[in-house]
Order: sequence, then structure tokens, then C-alpha cells
Amino acid sequence: MFDPSNQLQVHELECVRDDRVLFTGLDVSIRSGEMLMLEGRNGSGKTSLLRIMCGIRLPDAGTVTWRGTDIQRLGADYHESLSYVGHRDGIKQDLTPQENLRMLQALGTPHGGRTVDECLERFGLYGFEDVPTRTLSAGQQRRVALSRLLVTDAPLWILDEPFTSLDRHGIEVFESLMVDQLDIGGTIVLTTHHRVGVESKRIQRLNLSP
Amino acid sequence: MNSLSSSRAFGLLLRRDLLLAFRRRSEIANPLIFFVLITSLFPLGIGADAGVLRSIAPGVIWVAALLASLLSLDGMFRSDFEDGSLEQFMLSAHPVSILVMAKVFAHWLVTGVPLLAVSPLLGVLLSIPAEGIGMLMLTLLLGTPVLSLIGAVGVALTVGLRQGGVILSLLVLPLYVPVLIFATDAVGTTVAGIPITAQLYILAAMLVLAISLAPLATAASLRVSLS
Repeated sequence: MFDPSNQLQVHELECVRDDRVLFTGLDVSIRSGEMLMLEGRNGSGKTSLLRIMCGIRLPDAGTVTWRGTDIQRLGADYHESLSYVGHRDGIKQDLTPQENLRMLQALGTPHGGRTVDECLERFGLYGFEDVPTRTLSAGQQRRVALSRLLVTDAPLWILDEPFTSLDRHGIEVFESLMVDQLDIGGTIVLTTHHRVGVESKRIQRLNLSP
Repeated sequence: MNSLSSSRAFGLLLRRDLLLAFRRRSEIANPLIFFVLITSLFPLGIGADAGVLRSIAPGVIWVAALLASLLSLDGMFRSDFEDGSLEQFMLSAHPVSILVMAKVFAHWLVTGVPLLAVSPLLGVLLSIPAEGIGMLMLTLLLGTPVLSLIGAVGVALTVGLRQGGVILSLLVLPLYVPVLIFATDAVGTTVAGIPITAQLYILAAMLVLAISLAPLATAASLRVSLS
């Protein structure tokens, strides 16, 4: 049954990896303004589930739908509404943060007025925009990777361990950005071992290793 | 997604890859040095008999170009795969084949064009007459993009494997053979003083075929490699 307030819906999903069933018969739906937090032991299939939700990996059974349509059928139209930060940053070490973000911005939808420099500044990277990313610290590189969420207007964020190597200030900045994203009706799916500073009524938890 | 922003993505990706290549100049110089070394060793090994050199020259130069191209292939998607950029390309709002086109074009500009540029020099070294050198450059101009395009499909299929090098050569080399045959034949025939067009048309046809089909095949292969 399609409910218009449901954004991302997962139905009877199954994932098998190396002959091991990671999860089966998984049903979740996430509404606009809601955050789905995936929990579970290492190797319980959190990243696989995220990759299936992105459409990078095909599910072994079941479907993922975005606003009522199967994401495999939507293809690039789905990717327009999606911003994904995986555990690999997708950042080129030899390019500057500015050059990296310009490319990532061009890959997505036309943006809503925020420039690359503004997004970097929001993450406290002012003054680092034109040095090679290689010379930045791990936390700063993570900030560059997360800045890509701001350069496009994607309503759906899919994040794999976004808080890795961020310092306390970085976590605070990012939490406030997540709240902003939920306030404007966006949707977030993430895996994390941290406590997230977002009101708990907006968080839906899903444990993959009960 | 409109075509204007897709062509912008094409342009930016092309620029990004050229910039990356420029920042790691020493790596991209490798295939070129390899090409020049192989070709210039032949006169030393065989002796300075102009007649012998002239008859083997087209084959030697083309085989060296082929191997140099093979040597440079693996870098096309490897670093993007390892740092996660490839995932971002797959999740782009633009057709993946357009992005693949940009990457292959950048690869050709960085590896194919330098071969093209030094080939007259090597032609002189192997005592190919002037009209033969012109034909050699023409065949390289038509042939090296085909090598990059076909190679991209092979690289896309093997990028997820830890040791894809051998499989890559086995996959790609048989597909390189037609280019080699027609290109060397075109140069050889011209050196013999017979005007030719058929071989050139066939090379041009291969190029058109590769441009229209290889990006689609590469995009599909990348999707398989990532899933």
C-alpha cells in the first residue's frame, strides 16, 4: 500500500553474501522528516543494505521503492534525489577540496544557490579550499566528503558511518546540518555507533543483528 | 536531467582527469617512454639495414603502441574505484556512459596523443619514407582511440579484481588484433608505393563502432564490477 508521506520503502528485502544470509524479509519505510538509524554488529550487513538502498548493489530478493516507484526503474531520476557518502570518501587526494566539490556538484542536480565555497565554510574548511586534499588531516578529509551533501539539494541522504574521524566540533556542525535537512522534509538513512543529537521521536532504529 | 548539465559534467570530468594526470606527470610518462624504448631498440638489435627496417617498421611501431596502450589501461578506473569516486559516478544524475566517454577521452589525450606526436620521429629512426610516416600518423590517429575505448570495457570488467592484469590482457588483446592488422597493412602498402583507402575506411568504421558501443558496454561492466 502506497502512503504518500512515505519516501523510501523497503519491502521483503533479502541480501545474501558468500552463501550467508545477512538479512531476509526486511520491511522498513521512512517518512519525510525522519531518520533511519541502522544498528548491528560488524558484518551484519549495514553497508550492504545502504548500497542496496542506493541501487549500487542489487538485492537478492525484494524491492526498494522511492516515492512509490521501484528505484531500479527510476535509475538516474532516483540518483537526482540521492546523496551518498560511503565509508570510502570519493575524494581525490591530488585535487583541492574546491575542485573535488565542483566535480561532485556537477554530477548531481543543479544546486539550490549554495556555492562550493559556502559549503566548505559551513564545515569549517575556510582557508583550506585550495590546498591538495592529501595534505589535510583525516577529519578534515571527512569534512570535505560530507560537504558534498550540501552542494546539491538531494532530499535523501544515505550515510555510512558519517562521524568517523570527526572531532567534537565537526560532529556538532554535522548534527545541526542533519536537523536542518530533517526540518525541510528531507530523509536520512545512516549507520553509526555514536549517539546522534537529533530528537528521538524523529529517529527510527533498525537493528540488523537481533 | 537536461543535456546542458550533462555536457557540463562531461567537461568538468574531462578537465578533472587531465588535471589529475598533470599532477602525476611521471606516471603518465611511463607508457610513452616504453613506446620510444621498444621502438628504438629494434635498429640496434637488427642492424642498420634500411631495407629490413623499412619492411618491419609499421609492425614494430604498432605493436609497441599496442603494448604501451595496454600498460596504461589499468590506471583508467583503478584509483577512482579505490577511493570511492566510481560509486559517486554510478550515483550521478547523468548517464554513466557520458561520464565514461569523458574518462576515455581524457585517457586518450594523455596516452594516445603523445604516441601520435613522437611517431614521426620513430618513423624516421626506422627509415620509413615521408608518405609512409603520414600514413602511420593517420592510422595512429584512427587506431589509438579504438584501443582506449576497447580497453575501457576490459578495465571496467576487471577493476574489482585484485589481480586483474593478466585477465585484462587476455580479454583485450584479441580485440586489438583487427586494429593492428589493418593499420600495419595500410602503412606497409603505402611504403610499397601503392595508394590505399580501404584499410583506412575499415579503421574509421571500427572507430565509429567503438565510440557508439564501447561507452555503453563500459557503463554496464562498471555496474557489474561495483555490485
